[in-house]
Amino acid sequence: MNDVIIRRITKAYGEVTALRDISLTVSPGELFGLIGPDGAGKTTLFRILTTLILPDSGQATVCGLDTATDLKQIRRRVGYMPGRFSLYQDLSVEENLRFFATVFDTTVEDNYDLIRDIYVHIEPFRHRRAGKLSGGMKQKLALCCALVHRPDVLFLDEPTTGVDPVSRIEFWEMLGRLRRQGITILVSTPYMDEAARCDRIALMYAGQCLTVDTPQAICRSFGKPLYKVCSDRMYALLGDLRAYDGTLSCYAFGDSHHLTLREDRSGDTEALATYLGGKGHTGLRLTPIEAGIEDCFMAQGKEER
Amino acid sequence: MKQFLSFIRKEFCHIFRDVRTMAILLLMPVVLVVLFGYAISTEVRQSPVAVWDQRRDDASARMINRLAASEYFDLRRMIGSTEEADGLFRRGEIRLALIIPPAHVASGMQILSDATDPNEATLLIRYAMATLGPGEANSPAEVSLLYNPQMKGAYNFVPGVMGMILMLICAMMTSVGIVKEKEMGTMEVLLVSPLKPAYIILAKVAPYLLLSMVNIVTIVLLSRFLLDVPVRGSLFGLMALSTVYALVALCLGLLISTLVDTQQAAMLTSGVALMLPVVLLSGMMFPVENMPWPLRLLSEIVPAKWYIAGVKDIMIKGLGFGAIAREMGILALMVAGLAGISVKRFNLRLS
Repeated sequence: MNDVIIRRITKAYGEVTALRDISLTVSPGELFGLIGPDGAGKTTLFRILTTLILPDSGQATVCGLDTATDLKQIRRRVGYMPGRFSLYQDLSVEENLRFFATVFDTTVEDNYDLIRDIYVHIEPFRHRRAGKLSGGMKQKLALCCALVHRPDVLFLDEPTTGVDPVSRIEFWEMLGRLRRQGITILVSTPYMDEAARCDRIALMYAGQCLTVDTPQAICRSFGKPLYKVCSDRMYALLGDLRAYDGTLSCYAFGDSHHLTLREDRSGDTEALATYLGGKGHTGLRLTPIEAGIEDCFMAQGKEER
Repeated sequence: MKQFLSFIRKEFCHIFRDVRTMAILLLMPVVLVVLFGYAISTEVRQSPVAVWDQRRDDASARMINRLAASEYFDLRRMIGSTEEADGLFRRGEIRLALIIPPAHVASGMQILSDATDPNEATLLIRYAMATLGPGEANSPAEVSLLYNPQMKGAYNFVPGVMGMILMLICAMMTSVGIVKEKEMGTMEVLLVSPLKPAYIILAKVAPYLLLSMVNIVTIVLLSRFLLDVPVRGSLFGLMALSTVYALVALCLGLLISTLVDTQQAAMLTSGVALMLPVVLLSGMMFPVENMPWPLRLLSEIVPAKWYIAGVKDIMIKGLGFGAIAREMGILALMVAGLAGISVKRFNLRLS
């Protein structure tokens, strides 16, 4: 029995196809991540699962209930946190929480054990208006409001976008604790580094699902030697690496470039070093590394393109 | 029920915490009544007049005294020729000139009017004739003004302002209130909850209904004690009619909120689609009877027209509940129709 089943869902907005034939399943108690850049279709998928919009074709069930027909039952059993901050900015922290508790016909006290870990972070500000909270605080409050009725499935649409790095880490720790309480969580994020914290992830790109697996398996499936390359002139290095005839792919990754070589040339790093030396690069460092989610995403996205 | 009450409390929080909006909502009726009552008036007061008295006897002196004593006229000067009157008219110093012929001439008095503003001219002439007395101005018929003997403008605009305020607050505020939830994204969260859409709608509507009732009371009190407009008929009838009319406006607001997606669009739509008809087609400012038939037909579906007619019946004519049955019925029908359409249009899903 799966908590969320998505079968061949397609959704278009006029000319733009937001979702193309997506199929996924999420098991009970799983922390499932939808990973992809803006415009990948993550929000659309969430809205279909939370009964807010209807797909053009395909079918989805949540807790065994059809999203097209059983919307009333589904709406009692899920928690939803939209991508945009969607609480009442002119109500205080406490008022927001109490309001959403009554809307779901429950009280804050009844489910306090579930939200306590999160609520303690914002409790000192409970009389402050929600609009005056910092980004991280807002997300914690929104999570509390989405949780206050003890949902079976929690949908979090980009909960860490626009949140500082420390709060992001805290937020994911909270999700981990919630998962241990048995709540199924679907979370979307454009940050690849967060993917490793999920049980399973789906890499999404342009309305399509590239891969669904555990983060570890996806990284293992990369299948090619990967090198991290640095030199004193990083910008020129990227162009030179891409111009190199043995290069399969090369992407800029923050402080280094990630490089894969063509199969017939792999392992031949000596030749590459000579080539780069000839281009006048100094301080060259070339280290083999394990592939991360982002490397996999770039490689798979390239195949799709 | 607890859900519903908590929702209404939330709505009141929104209204009370937005100090600027609340000030506008509560002060607007006061400002409008005072403005219409004192500044924007169609009444004529202290209009400058000149008189050429060729008769110079007791009768003409009496006439001139009456004119000078009237609050409508301000006797600027006595003149000696029509040319002099022409000059005064051209320089804009007088609005009306009265020429009293010599006693031996058979013809009657002559009244010259500026008449660049035809409405004002008509009023002035009528006032002048009334002031001078029917016999002496050769009035063909005796006029008696039944319900508004002093021809006070307030008798006309107070019901009009009530119609306007109710429409503005109920329709505009409701539509903006609902659209705001859409715009802020909170509607998305509310929809993914067991809350019934009817609750969402009702909870949005209730605070504004209450607020507009407060406004109605304010207007009635102001017009009674500041402008001396009485409530001659049944106060209960007035409140009942106002409530039904407010409901029509609320339903219109709901309908607008299902049509637009931004607060600005809601504001604009309710402004243009609702306020203009109230001002132009309700008979509040311009008499509907003189309009071409398409506009007359259109005015039949303007709720304010029926409301204002009903309010006048009660406040000014002093009629009872029975007299406004027709207006009540028509407004109630509008409520039923509009509520049906907007509830049907209210989306259970996004877009």
